[in-house]
Amino acid sequence: MWRDVATVYRKELRAYFTSPIPYVFTALFAAFMAWRFFFEDDTAFFLFDKADMGRGFFFQLERYLIVLVPIVGMGQWSAEVGRGTIETLMTLPVRTSSLVVGKFLSAWTLILVCLLATVAIPITVSSLGEMDWGPVYGGYLGAFLFCGALLALAVWISSLTQHEIVAFVLTLVAGIVFVGMYELADKVGSFFGPVFEQLSLAAHYQSMGRGVVDLRDLTYFVSFIVFFLYLNAQSVENRRYR
Amino acid sequence: MIEVRDLVKHYGHVQALQGVSFEVRPGEVVGLLGPNGAGKSTAMRIVTGFLAPTAGQALVDGVEVVDDPLACQQKIGYLPEGNPLYLDMRLREALRFVATARGLRGAERGRAIGGAVSDAGLQGKEHQLIGSLSRGYRQRVGLAMALLHRPPILVLDEPSSGLDPNQQIEMRRFLRSLGSSRTIVFSSHILPEVEAVCDRILVIHQGKLVADGTVEEVCRSCAEDPRGELPTLEEAFADLTDYAPRESLSGAEVDEVAPAEMGGDHDVA
Repeated sequence: MWRDVATVYRKELRAYFTSPIPYVFTALFAAFMAWRFFFEDDTAFFLFDKADMGRGFFFQLERYLIVLVPIVGMGQWSAEVGRGTIETLMTLPVRTSSLVVGKFLSAWTLILVCLLATVAIPITVSSLGEMDWGPVYGGYLGAFLFCGALLALAVWISSLTQHEIVAFVLTLVAGIVFVGMYELADKVGSFFGPVFEQLSLAAHYQSMGRGVVDLRDLTYFVSFIVFFLYLNAQSVENRRYR
Repeated sequence: MIEVRDLVKHYGHVQALQGVSFEVRPGEVVGLLGPNGAGKSTAMRIVTGFLAPTAGQALVDGVEVVDDPLACQQKIGYLPEGNPLYLDMRLREALRFVATARGLRGAERGRAIGGAVSDAGLQGKEHQLIGSLSRGYRQRVGLAMALLHRPPILVLDEPSSGLDPNQQIEMRRFLRSLGSSRTIVFSSHILPEVEAVCDRILVIHQGKLVADGTVEEVCRSCAEDPRGELPTLEEAFADLTDYAPRESLSGAEVDEVAPAEMGGDHDVA
């Protein structure tokens, strides 16, 4: 299976990086994040005479990743259906699960590249003084897993429609719901509150942003990813029976 | 060998195939004919494992496709309808991907790619983006992908679609040359191509198999024409698919347009 995953992964990755779009996209994302972090009021970086990323950076990152991840995920299956190449893929002697995992990992790699491009920001901050790197490592690991979870959701939604824009909007809404549950947790009572908090992507992401890598958060993200990849494989396989 | 037994496929309320059965023996070249929407592509998609049948069986060398799709797909080279391709990939990359997905590695993969490029007449195009190739060359790319692993069975859905007359003649030669060593099922609307290439034809109409035999057998099975001659394949096809001249958009019967009407002005109905 992993051999086929690697084949699909390499093909998808090569397709991304033969186009100039990912390079421009990554550079713009990193520049935008730097501008937001250093010059926007809500982080107020220059007001505090301190070489600290604070929680503002990862909070902002979460907000923009909710938009970035659906952009990367929206075409994963819908574009294959739209141009008909899904027929080429699904008549190759490759398991559907390998196609799903290969596509997911390649898109996750692209997002990782976008995240790594923003590492220039903490490096710049650390050059200004002593900085605690623990929350930065935790924040990036959390952001990577957060993206993985959101991407698994995006790729599954992409397999349900042949319209990329529909996939994008649905994923955006679903992402806002999974993140917004954290905000609602205080308002829905003592029974649903903890359930909402545990189900929310934001709670686990922000927990890692404090620099604490908790096994429960890791388990949550991995389960989330596996669950939606499973749904993805099912929905692709179900196309044969339509 | 391909066996199709009582194949039924429903898309919601639409019955695309209604109990189609046929066999394609090793080394045969079989043409699948039928009007648009008759069920040809659906039958091919079931044989290649892209779709599962609602009922009935499709077997490749005795193995039911739904039971072991990967084993069946390994034996088949498939050109889907409309020849979908990754237009943003270079030819060599696309062939490399398909070859690797088919389990070819190293020198064997290199030889397979070289062979497919040469068989499909794509020398010199390896590093070009597929999207920059002409329609004729793209059709060759689709064929090269289907031929890459030297499959014993080829399933080609309208391989000549969109080709100019010269390219169609080339395709005919190509199919004939392939047919000497492989089992081929292909669909086409180009009847001279079918007559020139096929050992046998299958005619599907409204989801049912309405004829199975050599071109001559199929023509003989149809009503003789008033001149007492054997109907042509075109006439037999029209007869088998219940074709009746339809009214044109202008309201005149297509086959019975009076010369005066052809030249003169008339109201569009």
